[in-house]
Amino acid sequence: MSLTPFKVPIVPELRKSTILSLLAKGLRTSERDLVTPRIVKVKTGVIERAEGSAQVELGNTKVLVGVKTDVGAPFRDTPDEGVITVNAELVPLASPLFEPGPPDENAIELARVIDRSIRETNAVDRKSLAIIPGSKVWVIHVDIYVLDHDGNLFDASMLATMAALMNTMLPDYEELETGEIILDRSKKTTPLKINKKVLTVNIAKIGDYLVVDPDLDEETVADTRIVVAYDEEGNIVGIQKSGPGAMSREEVLKAVDIGREAVKIYFKSLEEATGRAE
Amino acid sequence: MGKAVGVKLIDEYGRRHDGRLPDQMRPVRMRINVLENADGSALVEYGRTRILAAVYGPREPVQKFMALPDRALLRVRYHMAPFSTEERKSPAPSRREIELSKVIREAFEDIILVKYFPRTAIDIFLEVLQADGGTRTAAVTAASLALANAGIPMKALVAGVAVGKIEGQLVLDVDEIEDGSGEADMPVAYAPDIEKITLFQLNGVLTREELEKGLDMALSAIRELVELEKRTLKEEYVSTEEV
Repeated sequence: MSLTPFKVPIVPELRKSTILSLLAKGLRTSERDLVTPRIVKVKTGVIERAEGSAQVELGNTKVLVGVKTDVGAPFRDTPDEGVITVNAELVPLASPLFEPGPPDENAIELARVIDRSIRETNAVDRKSLAIIPGSKVWVIHVDIYVLDHDGNLFDASMLATMAALMNTMLPDYEELETGEIILDRSKKTTPLKINKKVLTVNIAKIGDYLVVDPDLDEETVADTRIVVAYDEEGNIVGIQKSGPGAMSREEVLKAVDIGREAVKIYFKSLEEATGRAE
Repeated sequence: MGKAVGVKLIDEYGRRHDGRLPDQMRPVRMRINVLENADGSALVEYGRTRILAAVYGPREPVQKFMALPDRALLRVRYHMAPFSTEERKSPAPSRREIELSKVIREAFEDIILVKYFPRTAIDIFLEVLQADGGTRTAAVTAASLALANAGIPMKALVAGVAVGKIEGQLVLDVDEIEDGSGEADMPVAYAPDIEKITLFQLNGVLTREELEKGLDMALSAIRELVELEKRTLKEEYVSTEEV
């Protein structure tokens, strides 16, 4: 069951009118223009125990992603492909708005939007994850951990997920005659095969304005948001309207075009942080 | 399931596996007032996809601390019956159902005039009785009818439809077979009378041009669906008056 949120941050009406009057001049409270994201910092390999990891700062929003791998059974309809799962935890230390407990609808939506973007594009080569086709495949667990919430968890989590996947090294293993797979997690030598890089741009509609990478105040006063996923060629590889309001046809198409430019900034940050030769 | 291996989904004459043209809907049926207890109800079918919607409220929220001082609280549950799918679906809410309940609720937050009913709850319960693709969009259409049937004031009627891409071609109202082997699925909900898109998702890959073309395909089909909603509502009330 989904309920109208009844625990929302109180942004004084004054704040809202400040945001709107600044937007009218092409300015924002975080001193940037409407189409530029906040400063992005991407760091990979931050958790040594994980097979891959990355931490992303997007302004004051901080997201940590860890990738763990296991050996498991493939899905029946894709016997020669590995399995990827994406889970998001809005851990209570990250915001007064988060409560302990199982993932709520916001965490589930966040994880599923990111999962779809990488799944539909085959961003991670799932065929390369078969160990014994039909019975043993790699299971890749992506766990998104929000550490500090100042808005736009989508873009920060997507960037951190992509960076962590690019940072992932599969453990060495030994195949026994019985068909059993014994992992040696002390040796990680095989990089995960990445087919495509995919990132999202979150665009908020505030009044008549469309703004890229809304911070928490902007998200709170926004009418609605649209999250668009792109590959490096500029194809649209996923969309989610998220938030209570509505958009016109023109606003949707304009948002998609604005995002297509903005995503280049994110791709550049990803490139700089990973720098892995393909 | 739903994967048509080796089957051509569009034939040489541009017909789809069930004989439809690319921009053709499945047969649509709408009925309202189908339940006794609910304040409003509707049954909507897109081909074999069948959705039952019930609306309760405005009424006192079951959990009173959730009441909002300035508006009605919306509660939406999208749920699939265990027998609605090829393989039995566990009745426990899946992650998919939780997400869809959220996006469907958000499709109505700005449509229902919630400010008229502070401290109350409006509940929209959606049961997928049979799933054959496009359940979330048919659920939006059913919810719109049930809300109108419950007499809840809205800015406009809403309807939904999904556009897919199969074998490189954009097609309207994808069913399960098409969705299972398609390259993209784009569910849209729209309120034509106020020209607002209230639900929008894309699962798959489209170019910028395909996105625009697909969106327009969905919007024009939704205009027809909303006309059908209006006719369904009018006919019900015309016949009630005659009694």
